[in-house]
Amino acid sequence: MTATLPERQRRRADLRRVGGPVPPVEPEVVRPTGARTREDVYTLAGAAAASLATTWIFYAQVFPFSGAIGFTVCWYAVFVGYYALLTSLAHPRPVVVDRVVATAVIGAPTLVGVALASVVVMTLLKGLPALTHLTFFTQDMSGVQPDADFDSGGIVHAIIGTLIEVAIAIGIALPLGVATAVYMSEVGGRTARLVRTVVEAMTALPSIVAGLFIYTIFLVRFGFPASGLVAGLALAVMALPIMARAAYVVLGVVPGGLREASYALGATQWQTVWRVVLPTARPGLATALILGIARAVGETAPVLLTSGASTFTNVNPFKDPMNSLPLFIYTAITSGVPQQAGRAYGAAAVLLVLVLTLFVVARLVAGGRKSR
Amino acid sequence: MSDETAVLDPVDLPTDPAPDTPRQVVRRRSLQDLLFVHSVRGAGLLVLVVTGSIGVFLGISSVPTLQHYGLSYFTEFRWIPSQDVIGISGALIGTVEVALLALCFAIPLSLLTALFITDWAPARLRPTLVLLVDMMAAVPGIIFGLWVLFLIQPHAAHVAHWLSTYFGWIPFFHVRTDVDYPIWNQLPGYPSYAGSAFIAAIAVTMMIFPMATSVMREVFGQAPVGEKEAALALGATRWAMVRTVVLPFGRSGVIGGTMLALGRALGETISVVLVLQLSFERKPYVLENGNATISATIAAFFKEADAAQLSALLTAGFVLFGMTLLVNSIAAGIVSRSRGSDVTDL
Repeated sequence: MTATLPERQRRRADLRRVGGPVPPVEPEVVRPTGARTREDVYTLAGAAAASLATTWIFYAQVFPFSGAIGFTVCWYAVFVGYYALLTSLAHPRPVVVDRVVATAVIGAPTLVGVALASVVVMTLLKGLPALTHLTFFTQDMSGVQPDADFDSGGIVHAIIGTLIEVAIAIGIALPLGVATAVYMSEVGGRTARLVRTVVEAMTALPSIVAGLFIYTIFLVRFGFPASGLVAGLALAVMALPIMARAAYVVLGVVPGGLREASYALGATQWQTVWRVVLPTARPGLATALILGIARAVGETAPVLLTSGASTFTNVNPFKDPMNSLPLFIYTAITSGVPQQAGRAYGAAAVLLVLVLTLFVVARLVAGGRKSR
Repeated sequence: MSDETAVLDPVDLPTDPAPDTPRQVVRRRSLQDLLFVHSVRGAGLLVLVVTGSIGVFLGISSVPTLQHYGLSYFTEFRWIPSQDVIGISGALIGTVEVALLALCFAIPLSLLTALFITDWAPARLRPTLVLLVDMMAAVPGIIFGLWVLFLIQPHAAHVAHWLSTYFGWIPFFHVRTDVDYPIWNQLPGYPSYAGSAFIAAIAVTMMIFPMATSVMREVFGQAPVGEKEAALALGATRWAMVRTVVLPFGRSGVIGGTMLALGRALGETISVVLVLQLSFERKPYVLENGNATISATIAAFFKEADAAQLSALLTAGFVLFGMTLLVNSIAAGIVSRSRGSDVTDL
């Protein structure tokens, strides 16, 4: 019988103390438990090759079928059949079921991964003709015919518009959202519970309804013209409940012991919140808020109703329509002009890069924290 | 505590303890604290007023419409403002069709992906997969709309044609066109099959997949490790372990994630607007060109709406909000019951 590890360590320590010869350490080898046997690999490879061949013969040669989707679906079905058959030659039923399920469990994420990759690749590839022209980033569309070449016209007005509108939205939603979250989680009380209920209910508000609300109030009732400010307000109304709720969830994770320790040291409530709770929650808070910003940047429906699609650069949010990236994409792709569609894909690539950059920043701010 | 009392000899206890009178704790807030509490309370009340007023405003705005059209607003399917015929039953059915179809696509994929992340993927791959799913949640809807429009629709139209040819006798797969007409002879873009609820649902699927997956993954990840190991130690295969431990444990997460995704799918706007060909009909033919959702109706008609139409659109928005609110509340209840107060931030 071999000695257990602590026992061996104790024995070695004893030997060292009495000055005796210390035996060399036997390295512990972890036995690989999940390893595939050669039979597993051959079964898999055989089923894959056989199903490919069968599908090719019957799908493309014998029957008059065509189409990549049909081929892939048939191949997958035949593969599962062959794999189950080959496995059942050497294994009992539970193992066969396990392997059939495994093909689905591995197939589904693969399908989604391929779809996601094709989204990114398609956006970048289709946007490339427009993106390779420097004017795309330096000019706006004022005085440019929609069917003009990529040599003239660009999306600088949409980029500036997105930045201004999102800045307005965040300037409103972020402080209010965080303050509300602090109120709900740190102050509490019956009113706070009411606020929480309403805020949570409002996270269900579809973005188009938020846009319609602002549109009706400001543009129709008060007669304001379409402008960047109104679009920013619409985005703020959409983002406010989302940010407040996300921040509330993050603040709820701060251990109560930290607060109690702070109070026990004589700190006031403000000091506790400012010096203990918020710094502790900072990474999570930053992540939640940046993700909220990313959501606001990519949201089309509210700005569609409120900002008006300008062709010129407008840096004044109080006057005149102001375009933004999602709205530019929408109007350009629905215009039906091929050059505008090319610009739409270019703008989509810019938007995608912008949003993913925000996402990466959010992750970096969160630091080495384990992803939730 | 119990250890200490156990150690104490009963003889040592004072025979007649003086009654405990709690010390008077004076809770005098400093000026700073008063400022803090009042300012955050002010912010909270402001948010309450702003967000609450949306619901109230939508409710009030829908009164004239409901008075004017009465119950026919919910039974009429046409949307012809010039003839004073307005109703949302067509758009309502379309909304539900698109959302349910998207659920049919997204939920199996989400379930399998969540299981893959928690129980099949190697441990060092797991954070990357979680990151990718979260990243997908940040991709704007309009980009998924473009993707479906340009890349998916031609293939999906083929699939729709095939389904309607061979399964057209099922009402859902029926398309009111000559299905025997060979597809390579049809106009480019297959106008009978493009812009259908089925194709719009593909875009919505991409929008709701990340949310459903992350809710399910979180719940599956909390399945008791001891029971999982016990199942494996008894000789269960991985699937048997998942079936007997992880899935029963995560059932409420699956239901809650599905409901949350449904709430999102009902309100999804821009990717649907981009793909769907707007037509107001009550029909179960999800593969056929043309359908309507409430959000697409609002996006299409807000611009040329007069006061009465705007009220009708606001009513539609109110109905939509009511639906998403109901679904979300049920989902939140189910999810929070499964894992305490730790609600997901989606």
